Amino acid sequence: MLKYLFAKEKDIPGGSASIFFGFSCIMWFIIGTGLGSFNAAKLAFPDFFTHYYALQFGHMRQVHVHTVIFGWIVGAFAASALYIVPALGNTKLWSEKLGVWNALLWNLGLMLGLSTLWFGMTSGREYSDFMWPIDIYIALFMVLPLFVNIFMSIVNRRTQGIYTTNWFFAGSFFMLIIVFLIGNMPEFLHLTGLNEAYMTWWFAHNVLGLLITPVAAAITYYIVPKVTGNPLYSHRVGHLHFWSIVVFYSTPAAHHLMSSPLPEWLKSFASVEGVLILVPAVAYVCNILLTMQGRWSMFVENLEIKYTITGVLLAIPLNMQGGFQQTRAINWYVHGTGWIVAHAHLALLGFSTFAEAAAVYYGMQTMLRRKLYSLSLGNFHFWMLLIGFSLYWVSMTIAGLIQGAGKIYEVPYLDIVIAEHPYMIVRWLGGTMVFLGNIVWLYNMYMTVKHGEKLEHGVLPHEVAYVR
Amino acid sequence: MGFREYRVGSIMFGVALATSMIITIYMPGLDISNTKATATALEKQLTYGKIAGFDLGDPFLHGDDKPIKVILKKDPKTGAVMDETAAYVFKPGTSLPSGLIHDQINGEAINKLSVSLGKTDQVSVEAGGVYLVEKSVKNGVETPYIELASVTRGWTIDATLKAADQEILAGAGKTMFVREGCWWCHTLLPEQTHDWQSFGRPPMLGDFNGESPTTFGSDRKAPDLLHVGSRNSSKEWMMMHFFNPRLVQPHSIMPRYDYLWGGVDKKGNTIDLNQWDKEFVAYRDGDRVYPPEVPDYADNSEIRYLIDFVLNLK
Repeated sequence: MLKYLFAKEKDIPGGSASIFFGFSCIMWFIIGTGLGSFNAAKLAFPDFFTHYYALQFGHMRQVHVHTVIFGWIVGAFAASALYIVPALGNTKLWSEKLGVWNALLWNLGLMLGLSTLWFGMTSGREYSDFMWPIDIYIALFMVLPLFVNIFMSIVNRRTQGIYTTNWFFAGSFFMLIIVFLIGNMPEFLHLTGLNEAYMTWWFAHNVLGLLITPVAAAITYYIVPKVTGNPLYSHRVGHLHFWSIVVFYSTPAAHHLMSSPLPEWLKSFASVEGVLILVPAVAYVCNILLTMQGRWSMFVENLEIKYTITGVLLAIPLNMQGGFQQTRAINWYVHGTGWIVAHAHLALLGFSTFAEAAAVYYGMQTMLRRKLYSLSLGNFHFWMLLIGFSLYWVSMTIAGLIQGAGKIYEVPYLDIVIAEHPYMIVRWLGGTMVFLGNIVWLYNMYMTVKHGEKLEHGVLPHEVAYVR
Repeated sequence: MGFREYRVGSIMFGVALATSMIITIYMPGLDISNTKATATALEKQLTYGKIAGFDLGDPFLHGDDKPIKVILKKDPKTGAVMDETAAYVFKPGTSLPSGLIHDQINGEAINKLSVSLGKTDQVSVEAGGVYLVEKSVKNGVETPYIELASVTRGWTIDATLKAADQEILAGAGKTMFVREGCWWCHTLLPEQTHDWQSFGRPPMLGDFNGESPTTFGSDRKAPDLLHVGSRNSSKEWMMMHFFNPRLVQPHSIMPRYDYLWGGVDKKGNTIDLNQWDKEFVAYRDGDRVYPPEVPDYADNSEIRYLIDFVLNLK
């Protein structure tokens, strides 16, 4: 891959950037879930690997979070966007060379950012933990080239009109740059106090709401019609989804701080807007599930559809929780408990990860022009992810409800810790299953490159039967 | 193909995003920036200094570039006995908190008093200074303000440190709190709906002016710490708890912070962690009557900063 960095644009095979991003994001996913499993072990067994500065929970938690967000989630977005955008525009990627450089800069930036974070160089602000030089690097050298590549490929498309997926890609990566530069203002300009606290959560909310949720949805807008052969159920409902994301999803940042002394009007406004998140959510889920009409057998038979639809189905509890848990009536009970941790994993490890895994599976096969090496290993990966995630989600939700009850009855804190212990062990087991499943995935992808069945010209991967 | 058929859509997108940012950033920003600082906020600014997270003044988060809080029982200049007073010593070159540099942080009334009574128009990073938080009562309304005691009372930095009954390195300690990720489990935000009995009163609107980062914490896997120093003020207990939380709370899941001792005790002897662990396991399993001694920490160790910070959370 590195030989393409200085090659001429015409000598770089199409899809190189996407493949580079694809393998990088799987690697980061393994590292990120490995760290997650290690951290979970420490919460269940606190004397596991003790005495070491670098292996202490408080140093590793944020490294896990940022590895999965920027390494896996956003990395997989990049891998998907760099092959989906040209495919939907019936054109080539604007610059394959920029894409390859982008993937390299992405990995280098993450290595630098994560290691400095690991050794304690942090801003102390959740989700924007990176120190500000790294924030600037991410905005200008990781996200900006990606956005330029996507945007210019859309501009140079050879189709009339732009498909739903590409609205989201162009809009979301543009908004990500804005969110990154505005959301880190407290660090650039040394804003303090409640302004700093509020901007921290403005960033955290919007990086999820304007990037991860819509782009994961955009990917499913491509994969489901492409693989099933059904046209998207409704373009107009897609419009509703897109516009309500921009209007409703960008405003409820303050609902993360419902128990802080922020102005009351702001909290009420955020809470109402937070419920309105259900508008894009319902529009999206209905649109995708109705697209599946007549093709539901593929949910069982086809690996990519199995992943995608599982992700979409997980978006239902995700949005129902998300819409209501931030209202005052519910938030006072679940705020700051394991319930929220479970919800965050439902968004990232449930909905987004399943949607993206499908896109990475599909994209790698299309770009490499090879059929997936083993369906059995693909299915094994699916079940490891799904069972691992479910164990995690259920155990953390229960732990959160225990914490919530302990909180309102003001039970001595240690009793809550004791009551949570079994759920901490289950959470660790679930996380470890996800980690092990991902190693199998990497092996499967590597074997696809080496020994996957070659696809003939004009044939798409899902049209060919599996050999193994 | 360009975006020509999407002209209206692109404009609408820009308008929607801009409106959203006006409502969610500009308007709250105006509102929050107009809040008056409380005495707590002024004390926090002077205790923690400019910033507790990454900063060019302290890039590796070692707790550099932070003020020192001292407790005085006698006047550093005259030596006369006085009521217990907290003073904040900024050695020359120590960065100042935003409230001393910017007009927008503390509110107009506080700024006026700080300049007229507190002489804070004479602050200087190069010279450093000794600061106090004072109160002025007028018509029954109490207004806190900052006093530059180096000017108003002639307290020099050296004399103040010499006269100090106690030095509290809570500024450096907050850096430890941020760096060690204490706030991933311990919140600094008792909630308004409950928590009153166990964790104390929730913070007020103006309690945060000038503080950065606020480290509220979002995931409470452990007790809230905003008023922990009022619940438990024992340094010895904190020392044992940080060295090995299982020593005082057998079911605790808190990590051990033994490495913050820096490998040596107060007398400079090397701490043998493995030996300590063996003795602890023997104690835990009932083979020993007494637990092993927790080594005293050195005065400039990171654990001292952290314990000072925690005990200072009243």
